[in-house]
Amino acid sequence: MTTVVGVVVFPGSNCEQDVVGALGEVGIEGRLVWHKDNSLGNIDAVVLPGGFAHGDYLRTGAMARFSPIMTAVTKFAHQGGPVVGICNGFQILTEAQLLPGALHKNKGLKFLCQPSSLQVKSNNSVLTRHLAVGTELQVPINHFEGNYLCSPQTLCDLQATDSIVLTYTDNPNGSTADIAGISNANGNVVGLMPHPERAAHALLGSTDGARLLKGLNSDG
Amino acid sequence: MNKDASQDLVQYCIHVEVALRDGIADPEGQTIQQALLSLGFVEVTEVRVAKNLRLTIQAANAASALQQVEAMCERLLTNPVIEEAFIQVVDSRGEQ
Repeated sequence: MTTVVGVVVFPGSNCEQDVVGALGEVGIEGRLVWHKDNSLGNIDAVVLPGGFAHGDYLRTGAMARFSPIMTAVTKFAHQGGPVVGICNGFQILTEAQLLPGALHKNKGLKFLCQPSSLQVKSNNSVLTRHLAVGTELQVPINHFEGNYLCSPQTLCDLQATDSIVLTYTDNPNGSTADIAGISNANGNVVGLMPHPERAAHALLGSTDGARLLKGLNSDG
Repeated sequence: MNKDASQDLVQYCIHVEVALRDGIADPEGQTIQQALLSLGFVEVTEVRVAKNLRLTIQAANAASALQQVEAMCERLLTNPVIEEAFIQVVDSRGEQ
């Protein structure tokens, strides 16, 4: 059976088609789900894609958290279902308290749209489960609010539960502990600022994003 | 007979300042400070940027208005990881 991933579309999302295309590259069917829907349907995993959900008004992810579909996403996550938030999706997951911390404006106040070098810090996550710790990946970033902040206690908790999934090798945005992506303790909810869907085809200069997305394939 | 509850409500204007918590870096404020310094305003030692929301709400009294706005701050208006709110009732109209 082909793995089916629900890709949630909020008003202002703009990476959903890229995510569906990239999932196709790794043999996964991406299915768009409208934010006003109350049900995810019969899916194996969820991706909250990048963009500017609800215009990023008030704060990034602040309004999206209250979209009707988020009740189903939260329930799915609590039941152990794989949920991945990319960029704006990561911001939404922190606002929804499915992941700790917050994404603050980049240090230096620059919008960053560039390749980034990442290191896999944990393979206890749905995205990195096929990758060895220490693996280096090239995946682009594209954000203004990607500076991961959390309390010292939260950082200790993340470290203790092996929940720091990806770090930048050259911290471009001021993130605490070079964090580019984290998971919950169970590893089924992952948020990351880099865009794996933009590194899923050789034509785009890197296929490392596909190596991450392959983790969502429930067949292996 | 039920009395129309809306008859007893008063309109309050409330200012909510949503500011970054102390210790959270404010790159926007730092950039503005640098701009001021480059213009010769060398006396500026720090700039912090905050959002000001102006709410008009109906409530039975000022205490109730404040309580409602505190709930709004907790639920939506602030992210407690990095922000805090300063609430001020600046005006009330419709009092008898």
